[in-house]
Amino acid sequence: MSDPSPSTFKAPWEAQVFAMVVSLQEAGLFTWSEWTERLGRGIRPAGSPERAADYGAWLETLESILSERGVTRPEGVAARAEAFLRAAAATPHGEPIRLENDPLHRP
Amino acid sequence: MSHDHAHHAHDHDHGSDLSPIEARVRALESLLTEKGYIDPASLDALVELYETKVGPHAGARVVARAWVDPDFRARLLADATPAIAELGIGGRGGEHMVVVENTPETHNLVVCTLCSCYPWPVLGLPPVWYKAPPYRARAVIDPRGVLAEFGVTLPETTRITVWDSTAETRYMVLPLRPAETEGFDEAALAALVTRDAMIGTGLPKGIPAAPVEMPV
Repeated sequence: MSDPSPSTFKAPWEAQVFAMVVSLQEAGLFTWSEWTERLGRGIRPAGSPERAADYGAWLETLESILSERGVTRPEGVAARAEAFLRAAAATPHGEPIRLENDPLHRP
Repeated sequence: MSHDHAHHAHDHDHGSDLSPIEARVRALESLLTEKGYIDPASLDALVELYETKVGPHAGARVVARAWVDPDFRARLLADATPAIAELGIGGRGGEHMVVVENTPETHNLVVCTLCSCYPWPVLGLPPVWYKAPPYRARAVIDPRGVLAEFGVTLPETTRITVWDSTAETRYMVLPLRPAETEGFDEAALAALVTRDAMIGTGLPKGIPAAPVEMPV
């Protein structure tokens, strides 16, 4: 159960999710109590077993709060994610993946 | 070998890999940056802080100080947050910390049954198992069984008290000082204090495993 030499984050995306949530909390978008209440609800889906409160759950909770507050829309996030996937496919391995690399990108 | 080479050439010709979850995180980050909600440089600084500076070594300093300084220990148990601030430790995720003391009669164990609340300034960010359903559920129902899985066997007479951390109140355990450490200075004592000892799922290094009653 215990891990003797833990690293704080298992992947860079986990670190980015953590940092976004902390930044937005400090910018006043939500309180930590609201956050834990939403996260706690998110990891207890009706009719399914309880899930881990991991960074995947943090991401889903963040997306749902942002959508509810009108900051981002799910379609907007999905479209931007598609753009990043196209950009990645067009970026030579080892180079930074930039949105401008998306063949459909319009500045 | 030739297969590896072919695979590498394949990657090179067909671009970079991005998993769906990585793409979603990048999407959110770029949208929030455009809208002015976040600043990528502050995100990088936050990540660096939690990857390199904030961690259980801070809590270990608190424990070591409490072991050598009875007045500090009293202040720590009475009102942890200001006592911990005396060592320059505090801030985000530690606005209201409570320290619970192990004694020969009572062992303390900390959990967050709701999600993953944890005293960041003293322990860093929680390990994976702390956030997982088995620990969250079983720490309350069967603390002795959970401790056994962590290799901690306590005398039957030791009472186990479980503390449920929340966003408002986050707990840390003050473990028992190991025997035969009378001559140790604070730095040497701090080196004995593990993260798990401050969650209650472990004991400091140097305390011999309790009565040898190994399961067959």
